[in-house]
Amino acid sequence: MNTISELTSILRRHRTIAVVGLSAEWHRPSFFASKYMQSHGYTVVPVNPRYAGSEILGQKVYADLAEIPFPVDMVDVFRRTEDALPIARQAAAIGARCLWQQIGVVNQEADQLVREAGMDSVMDRCVKIEHARLFGGLNWVGVNTGVISAKRRA
Amino acid sequence: MADHPFQPETLAIHAGQVPDSATGARALPIYQTSSFVFDSAEHAASLFNLQTFGNVYSRLSNPTVAALEERVAALEGGRAGLASSSGMAAEAMALMTILQQGDHVVAAGALYGGSVTMLAVNLKRFGIETSFVKATDPDAFAAAMRPNTRAVFAESLGNPSLMVLDIAAVADVAHAHGVPLIVDNTVPSPFLCNPLRLGADIVVHSATKYLGGHGTTLAGVMVERGGFAWDNGKFPGMTEPSPGYHGVKFHETFGDFAYCMRARMEVLRVYGSTLSPFSAWQILQGVESLHVRMERHCTNTRKVAQYLKDDPRVGWVNYPGLPDHPQYDLVHKQMRVVDGAPGASGLLAFGVKGGLEAGVRFIEAAQFMSHLANIGDTRTLIIHPASTTHRQLDARQQLDAGVLPDMIRMSVGIEHIDDILWDIDQALNARAG
Repeated sequence: MNTISELTSILRRHRTIAVVGLSAEWHRPSFFASKYMQSHGYTVVPVNPRYAGSEILGQKVYADLAEIPFPVDMVDVFRRTEDALPIARQAAAIGARCLWQQIGVVNQEADQLVREAGMDSVMDRCVKIEHARLFGGLNWVGVNTGVISAKRRA
Repeated sequence: MADHPFQPETLAIHAGQVPDSATGARALPIYQTSSFVFDSAEHAASLFNLQTFGNVYSRLSNPTVAALEERVAALEGGRAGLASSSGMAAEAMALMTILQQGDHVVAAGALYGGSVTMLAVNLKRFGIETSFVKATDPDAFAAAMRPNTRAVFAESLGNPSLMVLDIAAVADVAHAHGVPLIVDNTVPSPFLCNPLRLGADIVVHSATKYLGGHGTTLAGVMVERGGFAWDNGKFPGMTEPSPGYHGVKFHETFGDFAYCMRARMEVLRVYGSTLSPFSAWQILQGVESLHVRMERHCTNTRKVAQYLKDDPRVGWVNYPGLPDHPQYDLVHKQMRVVDGAPGASGLLAFGVKGGLEAGVRFIEAAQFMSHLANIGDTRTLIIHPASTTHRQLDARQQLDAGVLPDMIRMSVGIEHIDDILWDIDQALNARAG
């Protein structure tokens, strides 16, 4: 389990996010989360062979992590748990600094692989929900954020 | 290093509120506004699509009200909370979020009278049927379950029966049938008992009582634990695209706080039993001292119960904090220890010798104990439930609810114990008329 300070640091440092399995359908969670992160200043890089060559959220879609011609900080996995290990290998190979497995995606081998590669690792959490929990927003819908602080939100 | 686990005393003061980001105000600002501006048309669309979190209109969410929601959620050890204009509204929303025509509820018979009426009369009009069972018998809950049962509802500590729910056992019954256990935790307050930690899925509160604690303000709160398997096939409204909210699938989109999000967007937004920001602020003023007040309520009530038990003018006393209460061991297991004994909260019931007439004279002779229909105030309160709070129930329903004809309910306040005992003594002397 990642602590509040770890997650805060991860979300502060990693600003370019390759979203593997991003859907083009507006009501899908991957679209929700990516649109949210984009509107909070992150660069979203769609990765999905189904839509390769087209655009989602105004960004070019790549079929594969290896095709992205610029560095990405974080690889966000919207795929089944069993698909996460090869994605972790690719993420390490392209020099990403963090593997983030979404809610319901819990691949322990992938977690171990990226940790051994010196990368940050998050499992079974939503990048949008954690951002809203720690930087503000989720508290407006009554969620128990766990944040106890005498400092203003950043 | 793990996140520091904060104690309830700290959560009661801090959870849900960091200094205001715009002004640095340390105390909670009252955001007394109906509406909130959008940054752009795109921002407005994202908010309405639930793609981003933010405030639109105070019927749906408000930052002052949200602080109360998060604080009670934190105190209960839950994932998320939702406030409402009263405890009854919280209970109605908790049920209406998942129930529809043709569904069935299994409920404890020993409930607050208004809750019995909601289930037996009002929800029945909408085609939702309820079976009432003995609150102290988990097997009775199991026997009443039907294929169309969609919720189990009970009070952690019955008002005014003071029957104690075996929360873990009844949660097991509910979960074996794939339905949630909803617990009204008003009487213990989250300081003394956390049903979610014992297996319950949803907790409802009349925050008017101990959470607010000063008898000034009406409010309700519901809290979900998170983690209930809404996708087990029995709750299509949680998993299928919402016709009321342009196709959002609540469980898939919001995960372990999907129930509160659906309650907010499909019940609170539609039926409008919203809490005002000023009321939320007043309740939060009370919550900050919840732990201090509850300890005193418990120790005062323990002394009052013992005094009444030892008094020859009193026929009987019912207080779950007395060692001879039939469920004392369960109280010990489920509730926080206060000053060396189980904290059984501030409600007790007793009968004055001489029956109902002597009881009425006792109530009318009290000097500062107030005759009124509330509980959980700083003041000591007394009432005769059979002729007031449970008057709508017939004789059979009253007995099922644990209301005896001569019963006096006392909500022991936090005045000096000697003064409370003095008022009881002089009022008992007046009972003979």
